[in-house]
Formats: sequence, C-alpha cells, structure tokens
Amino acid sequence: MTKNKKSISSAWDVVNISRHPNRPILQDYLSLIFTNFVELHGDRYYSDDLAMIGGFAEIGDQKVMLIGHNKGKNVNENIERNFGMANPDGYRKALRLMKLAERFNIPIVTIIDTPGAFPGLEAEERGQAEAIAKNLTEMASLEVPVICVVIGEGGSGGALGIGVGDKILMLSNSIYSVISPEGCASILWRDAKFAPDAAEALNLTASALHKHGVIDEIIEEPGEGAHTNYEKIAESVKSSILRNLEKYINVSIEELIQRRFEKYSGMGKFSVNN
Amino acid sequence: MAWYSEPTAVKKKSIEDLWIKCKKCQSHIYKSEWEENLNVCPSCNYHGSITSYERINLLFDKNTFKELFNNISPIDSLKFIDLKGSYKDKYETAIKKTGISESVVTGHGKINGIEAVVAVMDFRFLGGSLGSATGEKILQAANYAYDNNLPYIVFSASGGARMQEGVLSLMQMAKTCAGIARLNKKNIPYISVLTNPTTGGVSASYAMMGDLNISEPGALIAFAGRRVIEQTIGEKLPDDFQTSEYLLKHGFMDSIVDRKNMKNYLSNVLSFYNR
Repeated sequence: MTKNKKSISSAWDVVNISRHPNRPILQDYLSLIFTNFVELHGDRYYSDDLAMIGGFAEIGDQKVMLIGHNKGKNVNENIERNFGMANPDGYRKALRLMKLAERFNIPIVTIIDTPGAFPGLEAEERGQAEAIAKNLTEMASLEVPVICVVIGEGGSGGALGIGVGDKILMLSNSIYSVISPEGCASILWRDAKFAPDAAEALNLTASALHKHGVIDEIIEEPGEGAHTNYEKIAESVKSSILRNLEKYINVSIEELIQRRFEKYSGMGKFSVNN
Repeated sequence: MAWYSEPTAVKKKSIEDLWIKCKKCQSHIYKSEWEENLNVCPSCNYHGSITSYERINLLFDKNTFKELFNNISPIDSLKFIDLKGSYKDKYETAIKKTGISESVVTGHGKINGIEAVVAVMDFRFLGGSLGSATGEKILQAANYAYDNNLPYIVFSASGGARMQEGVLSLMQMAKTCAGIARLNKKNIPYISVLTNPTTGGVSASYAMMGDLNISEPGALIAFAGRRVIEQTIGEKLPDDFQTSEYLLKHGFMDSIVDRKNMKNYLSNVLSFYNR
C-alpha cells in the first residue's frame, strides 16, 4: 500500500483522464443537473450543427440558456456529432442563442468539451475563423452574465468560441490549451510522440491555468476522475454554477460589461520598460 | 573541403545580394527592382513580405507617424523549453534580429491627411505570432483609438497564436476582440488588412472582425492549416483554397487591394467616415 490512493502527477495523465471514454459529457450533465431543457435548433443560415447544442434549461431554481459542445457516448453518436468539433454553423447557432438569452434576460451557461473547431474544407469555406472571431467579439459585451465550464477538453479556438465569460470554471482533470499536445509536439519537437513533454510545457491543466489567472475556479473531481462517480461530479458542477451565478444578481449591465472587459484586458504576461 | 566549399559560398552570397527569386513564379528579379516595386514581383504580382516599418513608411504622410507602446515586450512566463531551446532565447534573438520589441508595431499618424491609429504585424518576429505582449499592444492601440475617437487599422501577418505562451496566447484572441467590441459600441471604424499569411488564432479573432476586411493579392488566409484539413477529410484541396481571392469569392473580404494602392484606398474609405 502506498500512502496516496493514486496520485495524478503529470500533465499527460490529466490529458488522458480528460479524454477518458467514460468521462461524463454534456448529455450526462443535462440529465443529472438540468431540468426542463428546451432544445433550440439551427443557426438560421445554413444548418443545425449537432456538435454544438443549446436551449433554455433550468438548474436548481435558476433559468438559464445552456450552450455546449456535444460529444457522443459511442462511435455512432460521435460520428453524428462530429466528436464535438463544431462547424461555423455551430458557433453561429451558439451566438444566436446567446443573443436570445440577452433578449430574455437570463444568464448563459456554456459547457466546453471539444478537441477543437472542425478543420474541414466546408468549415473554411463558410468562415470558421469569422464565426469564432464574431463570438469572441460579441461575448465581450453580452448584457447577461456568462458562466463557462470546461468539463473535458478545452481545444483552442474551438473552446474559446463559447468560452468568453464572467467566470471560467474547470474540472480538475480537464484541459484547456492553445494547441493539442500532439500538434504542439509535432511542430516544436518534430514528432507527435513527444506529446507528454508538450503537455507539460503548455501548462494546460486546471491547476496551472488557475495559477496563471486564466480561470477562476477549479471544480474538484472525485476519486480517480469524474468518470468514477457521475452523481458526485454533477453535484459539484451544479453547486459551483449556482454559486457563481448568484454573484451577479445585483450587478448592473454597465458594471458587468466593464468588469468583463477588465478581466480580459488583464489576460497575459508581458514586460513594460519605462 | 574548406578550400573547395568556401569560394562557392561567397559566390552564392553575392548572387543573393543582387537577385531575388520570386517565391511564386520563380523568376529572377533585380533586388533593386524588387524593392522599388515594394517587394512585389513585377511579373506575377506576388506580394512578398515587408517589415512593419516599411509598411508604416508606405502608409503614413511624411513625418506624421508617432510610435506608441513600444515599451511592451514578451516574457517567458511558462519557462517554455522545447527541442530547440527556451522561448526566452527565441524572442531575445528575434528582438535583436528585427529591432522591434514584439511581433507588432503600434502608433498613429496621418494617411493623406486623415488621422488614424494602426497596429502593423511583422512576420519576421517569431512568425508574427500572437503572444501576450502582441495582444496587449493591439488592445492598447484599440483603446487609444477609442479614447481619441480615431479610426483603427490593423495589418495582420501571422501564423497564429504563440504556442510558447500556452493558453495565455489563446486568451489574447478574446482580449483583442474585447477591444474591437468597444470600438463597435462607439461606432469607431475598424479596418482589418489581412496580408500573407493570416492564419489560426489571428484569423479567428481581430483579423476577421474588420468593419472592412481588406487583403493583399494572393495572401494565405486560413483558420486550419491545409495539411491538417487534407488529413482530416482525406482529399486534395483546390489550388486557390484559403487565398484572398478564395475568401473574396466566399464573402469574407470587402476587397483585394495591391500594396501600391493601399494608402489611397484606405484614405478614400476613411473619407466616408462622417462623425
């Protein structure tokens, strides 16, 4: 018997847990902590992207607009949902629902879990870059509170496309990165097999990102990861979302937007020489 | 070996001093002719790269450009080390090589008499990548435009977010867009000029958010890399895929403008701004 039951040590371990086949996904949280989900479909331009879903929902006694990446439980679901990799249509649907939440004056909860925005011919043709850029710009000045929760993989621009908010929460074994460790390793180490080294260097774990001021709160996972106890992690996610939503009850729109602007103005580290 | 290889090296260098080989049509051009033509190929109109200060000289009326925020430079906050060494060594080398403190130069000046704020990216500096200091300068310049009610123009030339700063670089996409959002609210025009290349996180943030999106001919403008897409979909992509012309055709560009006409084009559209 060792002292600790099993400690998760390296960033690469965390990467693997964040991608665990049994890791709870959006549909699990939907059935465990959200009620009265009214799914709303389509971006009104091109299609209904199944990799990104959203609609009205209730959590506790709070009505919200729920938007999130939609991975699947098995191969068939994953093919249908494109493994949670949205096309521009998905980001445009998300934005349409966010603007709707603004009109209804209900807070927005986004659930982030994607390897990245889909890199495809049609995605480029229909403006993947524009769709994400537009969301970043519009989310900066949404007039309702936005709580973002990274539950698994926070894959670069595809994650950030629904990830600009007032509070960014992350499950303790989830990751958030500018590039996949494999992608980074194949560029900077010239070989994808150095992904564990890249994972370490990228500082992509919740604890590293909390240290660097990128995220606001870590939601601790039970046991050896969220996949070992769905009820427990769902309860923690629920209470964290509700606690953070409460903080904005008496905040005016002007102050909300000003604080969000200041939050993002403060992102990053650089030197200033006088 | 030395007696044999050395003279070859010297001879090669002197040829490179005199001639430029166009990356697109492969024709040889006198270096002086290339430079006189603003680093544009006289036979195929390929727009070669150009430094920030060269572009600023082309853009602004004589002696009107005032640089701002050049005291902002990168730090290696993640202590990032890859196969080829530390991030710190890389940006220190880039600073020495280029004489600029980050991958963007910011400031303001007059374009045919019209005052505007600019941020001009420089591809020589770590591939024009978007680091924290880059994002900070682009935001500060946007804020300067906001505070002084001046139009804002950003020239992009970038491979995307800077991996060596991890998610901190990703967050610069949100940070710069927050600055653009404020300009939008105040109805201050923002013109984005996308030059070769504008890809990844830069295309997916401020570069695509112009009230006008302008590009130089033949520029590579993309979210995902060509190779990644080919691997994902398993088929070959059209030749003009992800070029300025392709984006114009698909509705993402307002216009493609030759480098030599850029100044007059910009001052002309800004002359319609009536506030």
